[in-house]
Amino acid sequence: MTSIIHIEKLNLYYDQFHALKEVSLDIPEKAITAFIGPSGCGKSTLLRTLNRMNDMIPATRIEGSVKIAGTEIYGEDVQVETLRKQVGMVFQQPNPFPKSIYDNVAYGPRLHGMKNKAQLDEIVEQSLRQAVLWDEVKDFLKRSALSLSGGQQQRLCIARAIAVQPQILLMDEATSALDPISTLKIEELVQELKSRYTIVMVTHNMHQAARISDRTVFFLNGEIVEADDTRTLFSTPRDSRTEDYISGRFG
Amino acid sequence: MIQRKEFDQNLEDLRQLLRKMGEHVEHALSEAISALKALDTDLSKKIVERDVILNEMEEQVMDLGSRLIVTQQPVAKDLRRIIVAFKISSDLERMGDLAIDIAKVTIRLEGQTLIKPLVDIPKMAELVIAMVRESLQSYLDENTDLAYKMAKDDDEVDHLYSQIIRDLYSHMTEHPDTLQQAMLLTLVGRYIERIADHATNIGESTVYLVTGHRPDLNQ
Repeated sequence: MTSIIHIEKLNLYYDQFHALKEVSLDIPEKAITAFIGPSGCGKSTLLRTLNRMNDMIPATRIEGSVKIAGTEIYGEDVQVETLRKQVGMVFQQPNPFPKSIYDNVAYGPRLHGMKNKAQLDEIVEQSLRQAVLWDEVKDFLKRSALSLSGGQQQRLCIARAIAVQPQILLMDEATSALDPISTLKIEELVQELKSRYTIVMVTHNMHQAARISDRTVFFLNGEIVEADDTRTLFSTPRDSRTEDYISGRFG
Repeated sequence: MIQRKEFDQNLEDLRQLLRKMGEHVEHALSEAISALKALDTDLSKKIVERDVILNEMEEQVMDLGSRLIVTQQPVAKDLRRIIVAFKISSDLERMGDLAIDIAKVTIRLEGQTLIKPLVDIPKMAELVIAMVRESLQSYLDENTDLAYKMAKDDDEVDHLYSQIIRDLYSHMTEHPDTLQQAMLLTLVGRYIERIADHATNIGESTVYLVTGHRPDLNQ
């Protein structure tokens, strides 16, 4: 598998706190990579590093290298807006804008300068189809996004994220606020999406990681303990700390 | 973690169930051979009757193991512990059945005298009882060295089995009137040899439990 994200000797500090320690990792293209580990282990921090969401947190300091498709994303000439078009993100709580369903999906493309109505219609439909939401909302696209259920809102957020045709989709515990049926739908959707996008997800649900990811990375105290094929990591982990964590001995 | 504590206790219960099943099989086999040597049909009937205990224990292993899979969703070694418990309990249950088959031979020989004193069959049985004990011990202690060592003894068992067959064949040729009993005794040899194969399977389960890889000890 070709890797699209290449992280080397990454160190991240929140003020005095050393949140990521010498992290090196390759993330394969068009596959699902899951980050697991106990709270405060650095998994969400690393995820947010990938589209520079940490830039907004004061006193954050970063050393090392993060390359996406060969480009150093912390390079001086990199525009964060361009990076975030390339690297979309879906959060724990569905966060649709208080606008119509249509306007939510069209928001990104409009922001990037698209004005042509027919083209926008096409993008909205395609994104909603890819997010497996089209059939449920096609007859009332003008309705407020806030009228949708939590699971539908989350799929709308995925449609919004893919409307700008990113290469990578980051998911930060994207199903932890959803009921089991909505969770299952998102999991199925993610499986579909991996043929087009590289997906990196943080999850507290280890069984979710085991179910849907291709690769799993286990973090502890800001370090990567083990990164391997999901099947191997959940059946014969190499490190006893991984075994203890996935078996529920701590965390 | 409170949940984990209960889980660990249940895994230990599973292990103890298998230990008891192993002891039961060892005892049944040893008695079946004594009964055969003495042509003791009463003891043989008791062995047959007691099989229900072993079957019940196997069911307990299946019930507890499947409950743990459903409620604990085990991964890695925890999952292997349960898979291995299923497999070992079924090996032990089969061994129990084979001990009964030996007892049934004794019952069929009621009223007869042995065509010759039994030497190799008890010798082979002794070896196999030791294999059963060691295979169980290798599982209980998660000792792969013992599993490999035990599996090597199977060669000696196979060797003795061939010898038993040869002897009984020549006996049948020389004394055709003993054919029925000689046939039954070759079956006993076959049953004991099968028990050794199940012991080897238990050794394989031990290696799988510890390493996550499946070896072939049955070669």
